[in-house]
Order: sequence, then C-alpha cells, then structure tokens
Amino acid sequence: MSGVRVLVGTRKGAFVLKSDGRREQWDISGPHFPGWEIYHVKGSPADPDRLYASQSSGWFGQLIQRSDDGGTTWEPVGNKFSYDGVAGTHQWYDGTPHPWEFARVWHLEPALDDPDTVYAGVEDAGLFRSTDGGQQWQELPGLRRHHTGPSWQPGAGGMCLHTLLLDPATPGRMFAAISAAGAFRSEDAGETWRPVNQGLRSDGIPDPAAEVGHCVHRIAMHPSRPSVLYMQKHWDVMRSDDAGDSWHEVSGNLPTDFGFPIDVHAHEPDTVYVVPITSDSLHYPPEGKLRVYRSRTGGDDWEPLTTGLPQRDCYVNVLRDAMAVDSLDSCGIYFGTTGGQVYASADAGDNWAPIVRDLPAVLSVEVQTLP
Amino acid sequence: MIRVVLPAHLRTLARVDGEVELRVTGQVTQRSVLDALEARYPMLCGTVRDQDNGRRRAFVRFFACEQDLSHDPPDDPLPDAIVTGAEPFLIVGAMAGG
Repeated sequence: MSGVRVLVGTRKGAFVLKSDGRREQWDISGPHFPGWEIYHVKGSPADPDRLYASQSSGWFGQLIQRSDDGGTTWEPVGNKFSYDGVAGTHQWYDGTPHPWEFARVWHLEPALDDPDTVYAGVEDAGLFRSTDGGQQWQELPGLRRHHTGPSWQPGAGGMCLHTLLLDPATPGRMFAAISAAGAFRSEDAGETWRPVNQGLRSDGIPDPAAEVGHCVHRIAMHPSRPSVLYMQKHWDVMRSDDAGDSWHEVSGNLPTDFGFPIDVHAHEPDTVYVVPITSDSLHYPPEGKLRVYRSRTGGDDWEPLTTGLPQRDCYVNVLRDAMAVDSLDSCGIYFGTTGGQVYASADAGDNWAPIVRDLPAVLSVEVQTLP
Repeated sequence: MIRVVLPAHLRTLARVDGEVELRVTGQVTQRSVLDALEARYPMLCGTVRDQDNGRRRAFVRFFACEQDLSHDPPDDPLPDAIVTGAEPFLIVGAMAGG
C-alpha cells in the first residue's frame, strides 16, 4: 500500500513522520540532529530514499546532512559555501553597503531527474548547486551578480533565497524568490536571471512598483501547468499566468492577505491553499482562529477550512516553507506551526488532525508520496 | 598526544565520546591542533573556524590551563602542558542563547 513520509525541520532538530495511505496512524522518528536548527529537509524526486537536510547553529555554522535510506541514517556531506569571486555588497538595514556574508542554507531543492544534483538557496541571498550528492558546492553567481544586487536589502529574517522552483516542462527554467528582493526567473539552468516582479505593489518601499525590493514570501506552481504561479507576498496573494512576466492580485475575500506559505493541490491546478496571518506586526492568525483558506478557482474566491483546527486562543504562525501536499488520490495537505504542531488533512483540507502537537517550532514541512 | 575536549554537539557530530587524542607534527599551535582535528574528523570542518578565512567562529572559544586563548594569534605556541598532554585543549561553545 502506498504511504507518505513527512519531513519536518524544527528549531531543535528534524523529525520524520510516516504513515500508510490512510494517513491516520503515524510513526514519528526524531529528533535527528537534536539541538540544531533544521531549516529544511527534502527528498529527491528521482530517488525517494535520498534526502538532504540543512542543519545549522549559531555556534557551529552550517552543515548539510544526506540520507540514502529515507531518513533512517544520515551522513554529513560538504558544507563549504563560498561565494564565487568577489562577493560584493548589498544594502544593509540602514541603507549602507554591506558585504555579502554566508549565514545559512534556507532551502534545498533536489533536481527533478538526478538524486546527486541538488540546489541550495542561502542567506545572504545566493544559489549554490552540488552535482555529487552534496559533497562539493559551487555558486551559480549570476543571480547574486544581477545588476540590481547592490540594492537588495534583507527582510526581517535576513536576506535569504528561500524558494526555488524547477519547471518540469521547460528545461533550464527555474524560479527563485528572495526576501526582500523579489522573484527571479532563469531560462538557462541558473546561469543568468531576470527579475519577474511586474504587477507587484509593496507599500513598504519607496517605489511601490519597483523592479526589485519586494518581500516575496513564497511561490508555488502545479507541475502540470508551470507557467501559472501563485505567490504569497508580505501582503497580497498574487497570481501570474505567464511564468512571472506579470502578476495580478487574487487576495479576493481573504480575511487578511498577509501570510507566509502557499501551495497547490496535487491534482487540481486551480486549487490553492494559504494560511492568513493577521499582519506584518502580528504574526498569528486573525481572531485566534487557525484557518487554512482554499480557493478552487485559482484565487479571488476563498473558503475557510477549520474542521479540526483550533478556533480559539491560537496564536501560532506558519512559516513559508512549512506547508506541503502529497499526491495520493485524495490529496493530503500538511503544515507545521511555530507552536510545534504538524497538522494533516487527508481530504484536501476538509478535515484536519494533528499528527504531533509538541515539537519545537516548525521551520519546514515537506512530504514524499511513497509507492 | 594532544588532548582535545569538544563541545557536546561536536562530539555527537564526530561520533566520539570523551576526549579526542591527536598527534600533531611540528609546533603545537591552535592552527596545527585544529588542522589535525579536521584531518581526522572532516565533518568538523567549518564548525570551529570559518573554512574560507580560517577565523574562529564567533561563539566558539578556546580554553587551556585555565586561560582563555581565544584571542591569541593562531600560530602562537600553546602552553607546554598542552604539548605534553598534561592538560586538554578545550573547544567551548560560548554561553549564549537557549
């Protein structure tokens, strides 16, 4: 029988949650790498037993861990992330030039067709690639060297490349998102990039419609229709129907359009999920009610999903990398909270239940659908 | 042999219990001890000092013989008690945060 494996990164270690296709009973292993921040854990689409994890610590820096058995055992691999050539400067919070400094890996994106190729999105914003299973990392410097780079500024969480989407239909096309620079697209496997932020409006920057400077929180696509992108921006839920060339707002009837994650149903490219958060200064759900909102129309028209989620006194957040979907016939939706809960719905969001309630603050959630 | 005490997280990472004993050729300095440590336990590369510039990570400290050697030049000789193995070289995660 098919099953799922949920890969959870937290402030104090990684956890692997496993279930069969019914998604009712769960086996929980961890913490792996106890005491370390695990920003992201992700499996290879080409080999589900190959996992990569980003392990970091304010004391001991960055490590990358690799598993070849689905998360049972792990081995540290390469952790040298050196910017190519002269690193240059970006803007600091006070507007002064600040040298690019590596801080940590936020996001790991294994290649679609090769388990040994994996991309790393890092803070300060840059993109690295390994083609030997994580042993050696080389920067793809075209993104950092974009002519707008010296004007990029960090968001409150740092200047991070947190989202990388690989287009399964157009070889070499990929999308990246950086807080707070915006969205970028490459057509040549990451060698060169251009900003794709037309249509975004951000009132917190001097020119609300600037080419760069937008605090994009997350981008999602459906693999069957990769030219349609959905974005949760700092404020605003946005949609592009032309691979990012232009964006329009689809916040519609959401109670607030601030939030972090956004994801798409595995079988319905027009079914989209967000978790509205009160505001940029109040990082918890409105009215203390944890609600996932679902649109079945590709945005604009949203319905709250509440069954099984706390509807009073709930003041957790859901971070940008902490939502994922499985691809079982009845699509499963998963998200983790800063309160340590991981919630799952086996019926596309209609009903929810916690898999686990008391983990450390959840930083990331990924799901593998297993044969 | 040079005795090195690692902080708990790095012992876990290196899969060792207790002290590490290292053979160091040439002069015994912070740099030569860390070179020997990283050669024997490559998974520790980058955790104690930056891989690009070799500088001690900000929240790592080096203690020995009841002294803080963290700010000493990395090529200064370490105390004789370290060289003879009478005292361990302590790599310490600074007290900060939770």
